[in-house]
Amino acid sequence: MSDAPTDDQTEDAAPPPPDPEREELVAALRRDLGDWLIEHVNANGDLWVRVDRKAWLKAGEVLREKHGFDYFCFLSGIDWLNNAELVQRYEQVWDPDAEAAGDGAADEGPYVGGRVAGGDTRFQVFARVYNVQRKLGITLKADLDDANPSVDSWVTVYRGADWHEREAWEMYGFEFAGHPGLRHIYLPVEFEGFPLRKDFALLARVVKPWPGLVDKEPVPGEDEEEGAEEAAPA
Amino acid sequence: MTVTEPQQLAYIAGQAAEARLRFELETEGMTLNIGPQHPATHGTLRIIVRLDGEQVVWADPSCGYMHRGYEKLAEVRKYQQVTTLVNRIDWLSSFCNEVPFILAAEQLYEVEAPPRAQWIRTLLFEMGRIANITLFLGEMGVQLGAITPVFYAFRDREHVLNLIEAATGGRFHPNYDRVGGLKDDLPKGWVEETKAVMDKVREFCDQMEDLLLGNEIFERRMRGIGVIPARVGLGYGLSGANIRASGVDWDIRRDEPSVLAWKDCDWKVWTHTDGDSFARYWVRLQETREAAKLVDQLCDGLPSGPIMAKMPARLRVPKGEAWVHTENPLGEMGYYVVSDGGPSGPFRCKIRSASFNNISILPWILRGVYVPDVITILSSLYFILGDIDR
Repeated sequence: MSDAPTDDQTEDAAPPPPDPEREELVAALRRDLGDWLIEHVNANGDLWVRVDRKAWLKAGEVLREKHGFDYFCFLSGIDWLNNAELVQRYEQVWDPDAEAAGDGAADEGPYVGGRVAGGDTRFQVFARVYNVQRKLGITLKADLDDANPSVDSWVTVYRGADWHEREAWEMYGFEFAGHPGLRHIYLPVEFEGFPLRKDFALLARVVKPWPGLVDKEPVPGEDEEEGAEEAAPA
Repeated sequence: MTVTEPQQLAYIAGQAAEARLRFELETEGMTLNIGPQHPATHGTLRIIVRLDGEQVVWADPSCGYMHRGYEKLAEVRKYQQVTTLVNRIDWLSSFCNEVPFILAAEQLYEVEAPPRAQWIRTLLFEMGRIANITLFLGEMGVQLGAITPVFYAFRDREHVLNLIEAATGGRFHPNYDRVGGLKDDLPKGWVEETKAVMDKVREFCDQMEDLLLGNEIFERRMRGIGVIPARVGLGYGLSGANIRASGVDWDIRRDEPSVLAWKDCDWKVWTHTDGDSFARYWVRLQETREAAKLVDQLCDGLPSGPIMAKMPARLRVPKGEAWVHTENPLGEMGYYVVSDGGPSGPFRCKIRSASFNNISILPWILRGVYVPDVITILSSLYFILGDIDR
């Protein structure tokens, strides 16, 4: 953490410190995946690799069989859709000066994200696997199609992917081709919608905006106390 | 030994009676619901098992009865507010949940807490581990019919919880970690008291060893039950003591560079080669002892200095992604936090909790075991419902 780049992670980020072990791994992956390996970031003692979604299953197989990444950490997704309404609300109450100075997050087109081995599309699936012998971790990412977010299932490679893919399926609506049974894991069977998508409104916030930033409501009891105090001297 | 005629006749009659019973009663199989309100599930985990006689042929855990959607809720909060949520993930060692999230947030903020704060974090982290695992050590006996150990566990856990409360203000939900440091410094006299309590913890470990480890019932119910081969366990993403009991020598505290103070202490990672329920119990017992050792060393070496780094008053969190994981009492806990560069909270906060992966092995491991062993295996995997359902 101490050697984290001190710039503000903009496009011209400083080159990451050399890390021969991880660079070697990326080179080996590139030999197997070729052009399907789109980009990688090797920084802060960690490795992110973005692959084409066609190579998702192959990347998992190569990592497990050839490089000993036995340990399955997690699999999940990101929705890069800019939740403009939410951002705007924070801008208004929180930091109008910085917004006037530019570099606003809201005016960068439809997608906010894609800063670190990020994506070109709205949805991204990402997973992390680990090599317990070499103590090496890697995060794999793949862009998914906006209209039809679908990718090969990892169940044949990592059995633990089963539950995680069910979770990603119900939370983001990703399809995992080859999964033995995509059904709800957390939510009730009759649940509609994909809760972790950015366009799925959090009902509690629609009903009542978050009061944590600017508490406009009178605190119950406060008025009465003030009134009591005023009344006492009079 | 010769078989007399009456014995032979009795045997034939018995066989005939059994055959008749099989014919009359349908004994092909039944479906049994374990939970959602079962003492062995520590909450609301439901396991649907298909039985053939006493043996499980198929098991399907059904979770989500307590799903609170923390990943979504974190997106509408600021970093400082998320600690309140993550406290409730693994509620027996809440402080351990805060630490990796705050470390990830600090990575995004590009600040670093001063050394004293890091040491106190490590100290409370290990105390959380003791508070968590002592309960497991006692509660495992309950699942096998031994009532005494759990009372010892509650008694000695209370000492640790009192200390956590003295330092943080909260017994279960400390909410003590801040981006850039800690809420408060340790109270006066806390360090001495902690070292006295660590002696009690060690005594408790010895008691558990005396009470349970040599016990024949305990050994028979645990040895060779629920064996997890290392490769299968890794594929399912088992972590922590569950995978160390299968012979995988991997502890994030030791193996990953971290700003926390584990690297400055002298301690040992215990593994066991058997991979059964007994091994998991044994590894956790040793882990508690090591944690007590760690707390002692951390108390001795506590550096002086500030507990909070200088934080800019108004700060946009720079764009970026951070992955921080730590070795929590239940296994690997990690946060994958994405910042969009705005002044609001995390854009995405993926919570990787240990128990979710740890119990995803249940359909595999419960196949073919006997019904009473389901409870043993379930307990020996040791999960907290909040850690599954998040």
